[in-house]
Parts: sequence; structure tokens; C-alpha cells
Amino acid sequence: MKAETVREQSVSESSARPENDMGTRERSRGKAAHNGRAAGRSRARSGLYALYRKEMADHLHSGRFLIVLALILLTSYASLYGAVSNLSDAVASDSDYIFLKLFTLSGSTIPSFTTFIALLGPFVGLTLGFDAINSERSEGTLNRLISQPIYRDAVINGKFLAGATIILVMVLSMGLFIGAVGILKTGIPPTAEEVGRAAVFLLFTAVYICFWLSLSILFSVLCRHAATSAMLGIGLWIFFALFMSLVASIAAGALYPINDTATVGQVLDNYECQTMINRLSPYYLYSEAVSTIMDPTVRTTNLILPQQLSGAITGYLSLGQSVLLVWPHLTGLAALTAVMFAGSYIGFMRREVRSR
Amino acid sequence: MDVTERSPGAGTAAAGMDMTAGTDTASDLTDASGRHPIIHTEGLTKKYGSKVAVSELNLDIYPGEIFGLLGPNGAGKTTTTLMLLGLSEPTSGKAWIDGKDCTREPIAVKRTVGYLPDNVGFYSDMTGRENLRFTGRLNGLPDDLIEKRIDELLEKVGMTEAADQKTGTYSRGMRQRLGVADVLMKDPKVVIMDEPTLGIDPEGMRELMELIRRLAADDGRTILISSHQLYQIQQICDRVGLFVEGQLVACGRIDELARSMRQEGVSILETAAFPDDTGFRELLQSLGNVDSVERTGDFYVVRSRYDVKRELLRRSLEAGYTLSLIRQRENDLDEIYRRYFEEAGEEHESGDGKRAKRFGIFGKAGK
Repeated sequence: MKAETVREQSVSESSARPENDMGTRERSRGKAAHNGRAAGRSRARSGLYALYRKEMADHLHSGRFLIVLALILLTSYASLYGAVSNLSDAVASDSDYIFLKLFTLSGSTIPSFTTFIALLGPFVGLTLGFDAINSERSEGTLNRLISQPIYRDAVINGKFLAGATIILVMVLSMGLFIGAVGILKTGIPPTAEEVGRAAVFLLFTAVYICFWLSLSILFSVLCRHAATSAMLGIGLWIFFALFMSLVASIAAGALYPINDTATVGQVLDNYECQTMINRLSPYYLYSEAVSTIMDPTVRTTNLILPQQLSGAITGYLSLGQSVLLVWPHLTGLAALTAVMFAGSYIGFMRREVRSR
Repeated sequence: MDVTERSPGAGTAAAGMDMTAGTDTASDLTDASGRHPIIHTEGLTKKYGSKVAVSELNLDIYPGEIFGLLGPNGAGKTTTTLMLLGLSEPTSGKAWIDGKDCTREPIAVKRTVGYLPDNVGFYSDMTGRENLRFTGRLNGLPDDLIEKRIDELLEKVGMTEAADQKTGTYSRGMRQRLGVADVLMKDPKVVIMDEPTLGIDPEGMRELMELIRRLAADDGRTILISSHQLYQIQQICDRVGLFVEGQLVACGRIDELARSMRQEGVSILETAAFPDDTGFRELLQSLGNVDSVERTGDFYVVRSRYDVKRELLRRSLEAGYTLSLIRQRENDLDEIYRRYFEEAGEEHESGDGKRAKRFGIFGKAGK
């Protein structure tokens, strides 16, 4: 108490200016420290930006990217050709949503665009990411890179963001390409809803390919050699695209066996089990979501019984309702991507990087 | 040699130390002559499973110094450098560079420390200039400063002509020189080089050594070189630390180490005489306390437990030999190293054969 009063006295005795000075200095020091920290953070972020720029330039200059782009455009054109050649027949039976049919119609021998993308999208993602980290390691640039003042996650983030940007550009350009050629061919302008559905479809496609990109980055962190990670990625791709449905039906058959005297309940159980297992596959998730988005007549992604349909008025679902149906698919794909990302982070953060 | 005065970084280094002194670097780091170490480790240990890569390392390196971390392959030199950079987490112990904790503030450490890894790699489809620019951007430098510095550094390392070639076409020596430029892009106070002289031709080696010397002498940077090539390092290092099996067995100036070795009773004398016949060899062998006499080229190397110069002079005069060469071998790192290595080998009895064998290879590599 006494000390308090003494100090107060001394303050009041001394002129106010030094005290003021002190205050300002204190504050300015605090500000300087804050600025320093902010500058540190912004410098760390500039590291991410520098990496992003470099990766983008690398992608755009690489022959690999050009090959993938050519492949995608070629398949787009082929599927579009198939769709247009079958368009008049399809329009004869159902003349609504002609624009969307450009994406979903398959030719007599050529699969539809959506099928093509579901099959080839993984390839794009894998190509962009399978050697992201391990090629840096084998070139001996990784330890030089991480001895720079950047956070380690910036390396993965930069690579993923660059890949994702490339994917987005690729997907948008092929969507625009199909739309433009389709309009020229058919001469029918799309309605706002059709444009919206096409946009959601492209968004789904981008997320789907980004999942494969993050998967391949995970493999590139885990595997020492680029070839190993490429093989792993391709193996998973083929498994999901071709064998997952077989596995699902075998597993469902084992869990809910159907014989000649099976009841309706058993058949339903079997089918539901099969669908749920199939949905573990990003390939199936994407295909299901896209067929719902691109076809307004699809009312549910699950099994529906004739009794449940009785009294229902046939009609189209609005875009909002369709999106609502596939919302779980989108979150599922995003969650899978996040899991792959988390795996890459954990794998990379604790990895000791030595020279090649 | 007072490095502190000519080192521009010393003042800030001291300030940095003061800031952390209150927290956990409570120990007084100032040595007898009042210098603050810029690199400081306390009980730094790294284990891989049961294998100890680096054991209880206590090291102080002062500003403006060229410090050589020497040892055979697998002695724990690279592990030490990785821990100093925060690229690898120590099992126990701590390290500070410029007052910053290497494990807790790796970003701040990496801002002041340049690291030239063993066998440095560049993005092969980018030119040398583009590689440097990328490093500059990663360090968050403004563009005009980056361009200015690139030109300066390319000039400094003599790579101006090759700057716009893709680095995929570079030779190893060129990569190494570009690596030095790359390290200097961030204007580091401390430069850590891992085996910088490996696989470089003698001319390139000489240039590199000159360059490294200039970095310390002209710019006042602290340089830590890890290497197993003793002879090159010997030429430029102010102090060396000898590493065997993860342990720092000796540390100090090369002449200090030599002196302490002589005190421990090893003296190496080079000598030659006229007439150069077998009698002289017998005379050398008959000197008191001589361990071995070897003929190397046109002179003999005499190892003895203490100085035999006096006795040799007297005896050779009596026997009618004219000495044409008599030289005490002092600053020979290879000898020092061999000595410490043998000591370390005696301490750990197990696996002696393996170690001795490896040392044999290492000794040759040194030459």
C-alpha cells in the first residue's frame, strides 16, 4: 500500500512525458513484435505461394500434362460424337433436358461422357500426383526444399493446390468444350437449370479427381520410388472400377444368402448390403451421384418399392432436390480426400529426409 | 584470433542469446574470451531404435569460425547436421543456433542457416537462375532483391555463363557451386555443408575451398563442414571436431590437438640422411622408444613415444650420416585422427575388427 502511494507520488512529481514515452515505446515494441510475427507468417505463406507457382509451371510445361489433356479432350470428343449420333432417337422418346443428354447418352459402341470420366478421372489424378514427393527425394531437391524457412505442410499443400487448380481448369474446359460443341450441333440453347446441373456435375468431377490426386500424393509420401506409388495407385483404380462390384456381390451373398426360397425381405437385405459395400468405392459414389444429378427423373439413390411409388405423380426433380439427394456423396468424397490428406501430413511431417 | 570484432552477426547473436537466457538457456554460454557461441548443443542425442547415432554431443561454435566435423561414414555427422536444422528430432538434448531452439523454432533457424546437403539436387528442367529464384521466393525475398542477389552470387561462384542452362546438364562441380550460391540466397549467418568436397576434381576443390574461406573471412559467416576428407578440411578449418561412433572424441584447433597428442606421447618425425643406406634405418630403429620406422618415398617416418630429435642428431653425427631432412610432423590431421580413433577403439572392445577395417578405408579416402 505504501509502495503504491510512493510510486504514485513519484509519477505525479515527474513530468508526464517520460511516462508517456514509456507507454508509447511499450506499445510500439508490442506492435513491432506483432509485426514481426505477422511478417514471419506472411513470409511462410509466400513460401506456399512460391511452391504453388513453381508446381503450376511444372505441370503446364510437362509433357505428361499435355498427354493427359489430349487424352481427356479426345475422349470428350468421342463420347460427344456417340451422344450426338444417338440424340435424335433419345429426343423422340423424351424431349426434355436435351443438353444434359449430351453428357449422359452413350453411342452404340462408345460409352457416355460421364462413364468415361468416372473411368479416366482417376488416371488424371494419379498422373498429376504419383511422384509429387518421392521424385523430389530421388532428385535430391527435397532436403534442400525443406531446409528453407517454410512449413513442411506447405510442400504438400502447394503440390495439392497446384494439382487441384490444373484439375479444375481441365474439367471446366472440357465441360465448356462439350457444351459449346453440343449447342453448335443441336442448335438448342440450355436452360438455366441444365447449366446448373452441368455445373454441379463438373464440381463433382473436380472433387472426384482431387480425391485421386490426394491418394496419389499419399502414396508418393509413403513409397520411396515413383514406380511403386504409381503401381499402387493404378492397382486401386482398377480395383475400384472393375472388381469392387464383384467383391460387393460376393460379400453380400455371404452375409445375406439368397436361395430359391428367399423371402422379399432377404432379397432386399442382400441388395442393400451390396449397395452399401459398393458405396465404399469412390468410383461408385461418383457414378451414382452423377447419374442422379444429370437425370432429373431419378428420385432416390436407394431401393424403392412399387407400393411406395403408388400415387406419385411422374415429374422431374428440381436441381435443389437432386443436389440434396447426392449431398452425402459429396461429403463422402470430400471426407475421403481429407483422410488421404491427413495421411500424407502424418507421413511427411515425421519423416526424416536424408539425401538420396 | 578475435573473430567477434569483424563479424557483423556477432552483435545480433549476443542479443538473441540474451532474449532466450531468461527461458531455458540459463547456462552461461560465454567463453573465457567473452565470445557467444552461435551454435550451441547440450547433450544432443539421437537414437534409431537401439542404435545410437549421436551420443551426448556438447558443441560450441563461435561466429565467423570454420568448424570441421570429421569422421568416417556413419559416424553421425549428417544426423547432427539434420538435428541442427530441425529436420530431425533429437531423442534427448537440445541445440541452439543464434539463440533459437532448433527443435522448437525450426522456421526461425532455417531463416538464418543455409544448408548445402550432401550431393545437392536441383530441379533438372529449370535453369540455374530459375532454381535460385525459386529459393529466393521460398525465403520470401522481394523480387528486385532476388534478381540482384542472383547476379552477385552467380558471379561469386563463377557460374554466370552457365546460369541459363538447365541444371540437368550440369556437372557435379557445377552443381556444387550452384549449391553454394543457393545456400547464400537467404544471406545466412550460418552455413552448414555436408560433404561439400565429395566427387569434385582437384581444381574444383581448390576453388571451392577458396570460396568457403572467403565466406568466413570476408562475410563473417560461420561455417560448419562435415566431411571425411581430412586433407581438404585441414587446409581451411579453424577448429575441428572428431566424430567416432556418434561420439565427439576430440575437439579443438588442429595444432592444439597435435600438441595434446604429443603430450600423450606420440611424436612423428620425418627424416632423411646421406648416405641413404640400410645402416641409417638400423640407426633409426635403435633409437630409444621408437615404435616404428616406415619408408615413405625418399624419407623415413619415425614414430616414437617422445621427441627423439636430439638423440638422432647426436647418433647420426657419430655414425657419419649427414641429415638432409628432419621435420617434426605436427598439423597432420590424419595422424591425429588415427590416434583418436585408436583410443576410441580401445575403449569399446567389441566390434574392433569391423571398426579397424572401416578406418582403413577411411584413411585411404583421406589421402
